[in-house]
Amino acid sequence: MFSSFVTNIIAYELHKDFKKGALVKLKISTILITSLLSFGATISFSPPCLADAELLNVSYDPTRELYQEFNTSFIEYWKKTTGEVVLVKQSHGGSGKQARAVLDGLEADVVTLALAYDIDILQEKNLVKKDWQKRLKFNSAPYTSTIVFLVRKGNPKGIKDWNDLVKPGIEVITPNPKTSGGARWNYLAAWAYALKQKDGTEATAKDFVKKLFANVKVLDSGARGATTTFTERGIGDVLISWENEAYLAVKELGPEKYEIITPSLSILAEPSVSLVDTVVDKKGTRKVATAYLKYLYSKEGQEIAGKHYYRPRDTQIAAKYTKQFAKVKLITIDKVFGGWKKAQKTHFNDGGIFDEIIIK
Amino acid sequence: MKRASRFEKNAATREPRWVKGLLLFLSLSFFGFFLLLPLISVFAQALHKGWEVYLKAIFEPDALTAIKLSLTVALIAVPLNLVFGVAAAWAITKFDFKWKQLLITLIDLPFSVSPVIAGLVYVLVFGAQGWLGRGLAEHNIKIIFAVPGIVLATLFVTFPLVARELIPLMEAQGREEEEAATVLGANGWQTLWKVTLPNIKWGLLYGVILCNARAMGEFGAVSVVSGHIRGYTNTIPLHVEILYNEYNFAAAFAMASILALLALLTLAIKTYIEWHLRLETESKPLSMEANNETDL
Amino acid sequence: MKPNETMLRIRKPTRNNQLFPGFGLSLGFTLVYLALIVLIPLSAVVLKASTLNASAFWETVTAPRLLASYRLSFGAALMAGLINSIFGLMLAWVLVRYNFFGKKLVDSLIDLPFALPTAVTGIALASLYSKNGWVGRYLEPLGLKVAFTPLGILMALIFIGLPFVVRTVQPILEDLELEYEEAASSLGATRWQTFRFVILPTLFPAILTGFALAFARSVGEYGSVIFIAGNIPLVSEITPLIIITKLEQYDTAGATAIAVVMLFISLLLLLLINGLQAWTAKRTGRNL
Repeated sequence: MFSSFVTNIIAYELHKDFKKGALVKLKISTILITSLLSFGATISFSPPCLADAELLNVSYDPTRELYQEFNTSFIEYWKKTTGEVVLVKQSHGGSGKQARAVLDGLEADVVTLALAYDIDILQEKNLVKKDWQKRLKFNSAPYTSTIVFLVRKGNPKGIKDWNDLVKPGIEVITPNPKTSGGARWNYLAAWAYALKQKDGTEATAKDFVKKLFANVKVLDSGARGATTTFTERGIGDVLISWENEAYLAVKELGPEKYEIITPSLSILAEPSVSLVDTVVDKKGTRKVATAYLKYLYSKEGQEIAGKHYYRPRDTQIAAKYTKQFAKVKLITIDKVFGGWKKAQKTHFNDGGIFDEIIIK
Repeated sequence: MKRASRFEKNAATREPRWVKGLLLFLSLSFFGFFLLLPLISVFAQALHKGWEVYLKAIFEPDALTAIKLSLTVALIAVPLNLVFGVAAAWAITKFDFKWKQLLITLIDLPFSVSPVIAGLVYVLVFGAQGWLGRGLAEHNIKIIFAVPGIVLATLFVTFPLVARELIPLMEAQGREEEEAATVLGANGWQTLWKVTLPNIKWGLLYGVILCNARAMGEFGAVSVVSGHIRGYTNTIPLHVEILYNEYNFAAAFAMASILALLALLTLAIKTYIEWHLRLETESKPLSMEANNETDL
Repeated sequence: MKPNETMLRIRKPTRNNQLFPGFGLSLGFTLVYLALIVLIPLSAVVLKASTLNASAFWETVTAPRLLASYRLSFGAALMAGLINSIFGLMLAWVLVRYNFFGKKLVDSLIDLPFALPTAVTGIALASLYSKNGWVGRYLEPLGLKVAFTPLGILMALIFIGLPFVVRTVQPILEDLELEYEEAASSLGATRWQTFRFVILPTLFPAILTGFALAFARSVGEYGSVIFIAGNIPLVSEITPLIIITKLEQYDTAGATAIAVVMLFISLLLLLLINGLQAWTAKRTGRNL
């Protein structure tokens, strides 16, 4: 069918002339056997592993730079303390997509995702033990972040707080809460802001968020995509973004072009980490994987987190980075929304409030 | 303008000058605007930080593994689909059987299936939650999120290419020559090797070229089954996406330009072959019948 | 004037299948390979979708967001197909009938959209048409927004669909016997009449096939579209994106339900295309 479009040209221009050409000595059977063998080889053959252990960290989009540095530091640390060489592989993508890949068989030793809900899903399917959030300090979230606004230099639209975003004519960029973990934090922060206003109720909050999303011009599927749309494509007046993502964008793409605005109230975003129990038990990597996650809490780990604009948990290190971040009143998802499972069900599942808002 | 074509020399098939001008203008501006401009922009963005950055992006270790993986995948997928294409075209054009039209439609099916679905199907079969998931995990066989999954997804999207290239060609050539060979006592393999393949080799080659380009360039389906492990299961298009997401735009377009170059290279090969053969036929005006007999 | 009658080649009588060897082997291999790579995996989608009961299935595939996305996906694919039919015909005409500077290059580059990875296409188009891009910066002041609107989707689909029309029309045009045009001309037909009543009817099946091919490919297109679409529900959200969204919400059954609808449509389209080709073959005595 469609490839015939090219054949015809070849066929009609050439085939008459070509009959006399030399025979192509193709040995089809040889081709077939070789390719089948090499296909088989890709299944059974795993490249010789020079490392004593191998970890796969499946993470979400904005942590690329953080874990690139952290992995180097951990490999060094592990070599020094145990003498073993460990190889850490990285995979990044939207938080939900990554959790689904692990669910479908991507053999992650550790997951470091955007929100606890995505790890809860793994727990529901018994890949992760029930008490996962209690296994490490601070709800298994070694660093935190929050939601801020990125605006163009000089803040031409005068955006100061959440209520500026719902004004008519303001173009907002955020990823899609259905597919992006970060966008769910964005949505919940806006909701909490409206709720905490004088006379704030569920109804006014819903109305507020509805107006906000009416101003959204592009809904990318992930946080990084939204940042690119705002910066490279020049679309929108304000990008609602992870704090770390906003700082990174300013650093990478030019402090002379963008500015960060911290709203009066935001949400304490806790990107969670966990072992994937079934995988580490199968691969026998529990020890090194546990050490990997613990190292996130160490001085070195916290330092690296701070350097990449995540808010460290360690008070000493946090104090060092305190002037890097603006002061902001933070609410938590547990207090305002009754935890991730509940928030997900009410707001983001099919038929939830987000769907109502979008469909109008 | 170069010399007039045979159509323009003939008053009956010649359009008025202004019509020709208008047609040329419209179609070429459409071509330039919709096809050439995006292509130029890929190269412009790849090179806007200079050759040094461009070359560094291509020779960076992760980029090299991505190139190697893409080549490996193509090296497996293309020959498999090549053999399939010859077998399918042989069965369809040399024999008459019931449900032939349905078979052709099914061979075409992967072409019109959304790449997203193409990736999803393999997750449903080989994923941990899928049909074979448990058995594969027990035997520690990795299909998806590993190279075999990428190969399968690539096989799926390039499935109809060679077959569909050959079917119309072999249909148009008819069965006479093969029949003659059979009557003269050649067996099936001999007929295939000495009669059919020489006749279809250029169609075959072009099918392979297309199949290869598509195998290396597939994004959607491969993205679903790859797992995106940097330096391990990233093909060139996936590496482009990663670099792009890391604000490394020049490098992303540099990698993309490799694929565009590959496309241009294959097109150049095609043009070269055409030219070479025209030369060959002009210099040696042998009758093809005579030659065919010596082949037999 | 009925050129088709004379162009109809004499069909060979059906041969005895016994004459050639290798029927069992080639057909057997074809069927096994087809089943392994295509049919069995595709049936997994259908089976997974069948875990939904009928009403849940219906509800999933007729949700307002989906209906809007069908309209968008099919509407944009239809538009792109039509535009490509017109300009593809023109390009094919120019490539076959005229000599001009750079003809070989143009001819070669026509296949490019087929070989370029879709993600690269999407990124390149988004950067061209956004308001700081080479083209977007001139269109934006005119009030014409392309990137991140349904118009952007159309651009992407035109790009990926172009080769199909050109490459199906080109060989037919090349093969067209000049005598008909000469006859028409000597009978006093104007050039336009000749084109309208002699050439176009012969080309029409090929144009239709090219259109259907471009359409079939555009409906399911994902990679190039998401980068330029804007992805706003009800406005610029395409159907394949909804499948991805469902998957990322761990709703595999819902995703497969939509996939089944799309598969069904693909199959119908292909049957239509192959029917068209059979018709063309009958009319012109050759296969496309």
